[in-house]
Amino acid sequence: MSVLRLSQVTKIYPGPPPVEALAGVDLAVEAGEMVAIVGPSGSGKSTLLHIMGALDRPTGGEVEIEGRSLASMTDAEMSGLRAHRLGFVFQEFFLIHGVPAWQNVAQGLMYRGVASAQRRRAARLVLERVGLGHRLEHLPTQLSGGEKQRVAIARALVGEPAVVFADEATGNLDSVSASGIVDLLLELNLTGSTIVVITHDHFVAERFPRRVSLLDGRLVA
Amino acid sequence: MKSRLRFSDVLRLGWGGLGSRRGRATMTALGIAVGTAAIVAVTGISASGRADLLAALDRLGTNLLRVSAGQGLFGGPARLPDDSAAMAARIGPVEAVSAVASVDTSVRRSDLIRELETGGLGVVAVQPDLVDLIGAQVEQGRFIDAGSAALPVAVLGRVAAERLGVPDLDHDRLVYLGEQWFTVIGILAELPLHPDLERAALIGRPAAERFIDPELALTTIYVRVAPTAVNDVVKVIPATVNPESPTEVEVVRPSDALAAREAAEAALTQLLVGLGSVALLVGGIAIANIMAMSVLERRMEIGIRRALGATKRHIGLQFLTEAVLLAAIGGVAGVVLGAAITIGFVMVRGLVLALPVIALGGALGAALVIGAVAGIYPATRAARVSPAEAVKSA
Repeated sequence: MSVLRLSQVTKIYPGPPPVEALAGVDLAVEAGEMVAIVGPSGSGKSTLLHIMGALDRPTGGEVEIEGRSLASMTDAEMSGLRAHRLGFVFQEFFLIHGVPAWQNVAQGLMYRGVASAQRRRAARLVLERVGLGHRLEHLPTQLSGGEKQRVAIARALVGEPAVVFADEATGNLDSVSASGIVDLLLELNLTGSTIVVITHDHFVAERFPRRVSLLDGRLVA
Repeated sequence: MKSRLRFSDVLRLGWGGLGSRRGRATMTALGIAVGTAAIVAVTGISASGRADLLAALDRLGTNLLRVSAGQGLFGGPARLPDDSAAMAARIGPVEAVSAVASVDTSVRRSDLIRELETGGLGVVAVQPDLVDLIGAQVEQGRFIDAGSAALPVAVLGRVAAERLGVPDLDHDRLVYLGEQWFTVIGILAELPLHPDLERAALIGRPAAERFIDPELALTTIYVRVAPTAVNDVVKVIPATVNPESPTEVEVVRPSDALAAREAAEAALTQLLVGLGSVALLVGGIAIANIMAMSVLERRMEIGIRRALGATKRHIGLQFLTEAVLLAAIGGVAGVVLGAAITIGFVMVRGLVLALPVIALGGALGAALVIGAVAGIYPATRAARVSPAEAVKSA
């Protein structure tokens, strides 16, 4: 069964002048797949990711996540879907300042109503899994860029989501750290996570088993 | 599959949000603290001051009238007819009457002091029932009674006792009055409503006639009236006591002075509480302002929380909680500060501490309400931030 299914998805940002970011995208992602969506900036990658991740609604077309259509969902239901089934990693890490690594990760479970002690345990396990077992109490400012992104990945994984979306996850990192992050994503994929990555970096994209190119709001090849 | 946020996490988020901006939170809470402290201190201090005043009013009653002869036609001292006390007693609502005659002499420490040096003290001839009628307390010794009214004995008002150097009855207790030594048998406590009696030597009327002036003129009568009929009695009493020239008669309600003071202080208190409320309101606006700014600065945090599954309501709740917590911190600090100011003031001034719980609770409650109202606008704005916009790379 497809975890994600997009059919004829369009997105038009109201003008003036109106901008057509997506012009009819058809895409299906199977469970356990690892997909890289590649395209130059302005091609509509981020918009596509926001729509696949239930952060935004399409102007037209159909989006299904695990067989459930976004169109009939309320804003709160979309939030519930994100809390339980989806994980996100962003280019800018978006860690909460002044809060240690484990708490940042634990917040990935906060909006499911998981008790604090249980969140803490889960956060520790995931941080160990991404190789940061020794950085639990460190604040984001005390971590390197690569470490920050690992914390962000741990936060996305802590709830064991159906799909993890990574938006230019290596964009702010040097090539060594970036390569480490890609290794980590590949490794996670081997243990069963479905991962969708968007990137403009072909070197990053080449390491992913499936690549989809986006140009001017349309999938090519 | 619903998003859920525990209440403990709401508090944790609010507290954490303030903790990460400690300096700013302190400054913002300060506004609320100042307003709350002002309200608590003003009501506390005035309640403490008024407690004394009201107790005095209660004790002294507001149904006592002082009827005096006033000025004569040519400016000289007038006198009341000898039967005026009896006439006044015949008015229905009048409960008790006591006549007082001013004695035209002075009270001195000894016969070596000239009669003209009065020291601002007077001599009055009284009836034994005066002390109860005006609600005076005998601080030491006893008052003049039927047995001692004709003897050369005197009771001194508080101020008179100090000025004459008779602080107590244990030592030398003779004073020279007119041409006669009198023995001090009692000293009165303070009489806030009767400064004239506080500054006088009180002697029995028969003694005054026997030793000083056989032709004693009645100058003042004190009248205790049924509380509901005070105004009516005020109207009829001049013509009753002095039918010949009622316009000369002066009727005074001594408690009016206290009541006026109380009213003035109450008005001042209201004004100050009003000023405190304005400070509180300004504090609330500061909270709204800071929180609205915070929403702009924390778009990224809002974005990531929405991505993690927070609903609009969760985001709004987080910001509202921060605003209310800010106000609560300021409110508690203000209540403590205001109470401390009140306690300090009361200790310095020697008043009885009265901190109305209503004022404490009210000030804190007002702070919380203001915090909540101030938080509504920023919370709404935070809730409206679109998650897709907020997580876009800068």
